Amino acid sequence: MSADQIRQVILNILIRIAPDNDLTNLKDEVPFREQMELDSMDFLDIVMEIRKRYRVQIPEEDYTFLNTMASTVGYLLPRLQAATA
Amino acid sequence: MYDTIIIGAGLSGLAAGIRLAYYERPVCIVEKHTTIGGLNSFYRLRKRDHDVGLHAVTNYAKPGTKTGPLSKLLRQLRLRWEDFDLTPQCGSTVAFPGVTLRFTNEFDVLEQQIAETFPTQIDGFRRLVRRINEHDELNLAARESSAREVVSSEITDPLLVDMLFCPLMFYGSPTAHDMDFTQFVIMFKAVFQEGFGRPHEGVRLIMRKLVKQFRGFGGELRLRAGVQRILSDNGRVTGVQLEDGTVLEAKHVVSSAGSAETMRLCDVEPAEPEPYRPGAISFVETIFSLDCMPSDLGHNETIVFYNDSNRFAYDAPHEPIDLRSGIICSPNNFQYDKPLDEGRVRITALANPDYWMTLPQEQYVAEKEAWTQRIVESALRFMPDFRSHVVDTDAFTPRTITKFTSHFNGAVYGAPHKIRSGQTHLQNLFLCGTDQGFLGIIGSMLSGITIANLHLLKAN
Repeated sequence: MSADQIRQVILNILIRIAPDNDLTNLKDEVPFREQMELDSMDFLDIVMEIRKRYRVQIPEEDYTFLNTMASTVGYLLPRLQAATA
Repeated sequence: MYDTIIIGAGLSGLAAGIRLAYYERPVCIVEKHTTIGGLNSFYRLRKRDHDVGLHAVTNYAKPGTKTGPLSKLLRQLRLRWEDFDLTPQCGSTVAFPGVTLRFTNEFDVLEQQIAETFPTQIDGFRRLVRRINEHDELNLAARESSAREVVSSEITDPLLVDMLFCPLMFYGSPTAHDMDFTQFVIMFKAVFQEGFGRPHEGVRLIMRKLVKQFRGFGGELRLRAGVQRILSDNGRVTGVQLEDGTVLEAKHVVSSAGSAETMRLCDVEPAEPEPYRPGAISFVETIFSLDCMPSDLGHNETIVFYNDSNRFAYDAPHEPIDLRSGIICSPNNFQYDKPLDEGRVRITALANPDYWMTLPQEQYVAEKEAWTQRIVESALRFMPDFRSHVVDTDAFTPRTITKFTSHFNGAVYGAPHKIRSGQTHLQNLFLCGTDQGFLGIIGSMLSGITIANLHLLKAN
């Protein structure tokens, strides 16, 4: 998967988790929490959705990589390439 | 072998089940009764549909609201706001001798009433509200503390203290006289700050949506499947044995049956039974179907919480029913686009569980009828006389509640001590629902979600 495809996957997950947020102007370098209403339950859902769709396990100590879109894509890129190769 | 067996198809069990099923865990909900719902169920009698439990859904939020318990819950269950179809209330009151406070889903209304009626208390009330807003009621590690102490430290007029406690205790307190402050905060936000709503169709709609979602994600629901025993080996649950002898194996068991009730099912009992002591606060509810709408008689309140004495006593009464106080609910008085088919008045009052449990059957029926009349006479001091419009009457007691939910003493708000972490003496047996401690309709679903997330989804 390419970085763009991963970005789209994450966007789809965010839309699913938080359908009332407008994500058209989401800034990739700004933490999700500053742009949308996301709590710890929602973060767990991002992790769980990635696991459900791509069978990628994200350990709790790595949750900090999921703060922004850019860091999430950077973290997932090598892992999803391995998972979908 | 299931990943998880959930005991009880009420709001919390179904919500936990939806989370697990969505994430592809093999999950089975076993329910003893012939239908779903638990403490918030429904029934049909003489061609009329009735709700049990639900007077109103607390924690109301408008469509599009992004924060708060309702929106959190909808996101977690992958439901839309429209799925619960919540129509806001018309307005409710707390009626005490000489003073009535009105509240709606706009918190300013209550604040203004207090400023007008209790001018010396309004600053204290505002300080209390700040403390409530700053309290993290979702912190599972919060220590228990006395809500009366906190409230009385800010509000010095005992009448106002009691008037604030009255609706919150009636709608969620498992303990007499006082509440744990965290429980008080949950109820204060749910009742006063967020307010009441109701689906036009009542609790059936919510239950149906939950079951549809659960089954749609692949969950299995077994009705008439009471659990005889929770089986364990070496401190770990291995599954459950049903009343018909069937053994179902599972990696985890989540029980919404109540803490004491769950412990009774365990083949190995806990070394320290004290935290699992059952509650004893229960109610009798009388239900009247009318040949007109309550508003035709001049009754426009959604809920009236009434009390005829100087102090509000919240405890299991010595007499069969405590006639001094009660709750009048009119499911018609929500802001629906089209009216309900029939006028309804439900009146609920504190009851003595032992009395109603032990009455012989013939006497039980007669006593239920006699006390129904007394409850009405008591409530008529706080609403117009509707007796000549009654076309059908029903009533349920602590005995009815125990019969259909298996909760000891008909305790509708469960055990006095809540097990907020959901953990038990067995490693992979967890509690959710009433005895985990998130209260109300929305709270009970959040309880199931929280326990599923924390102990089953996050853990592996």
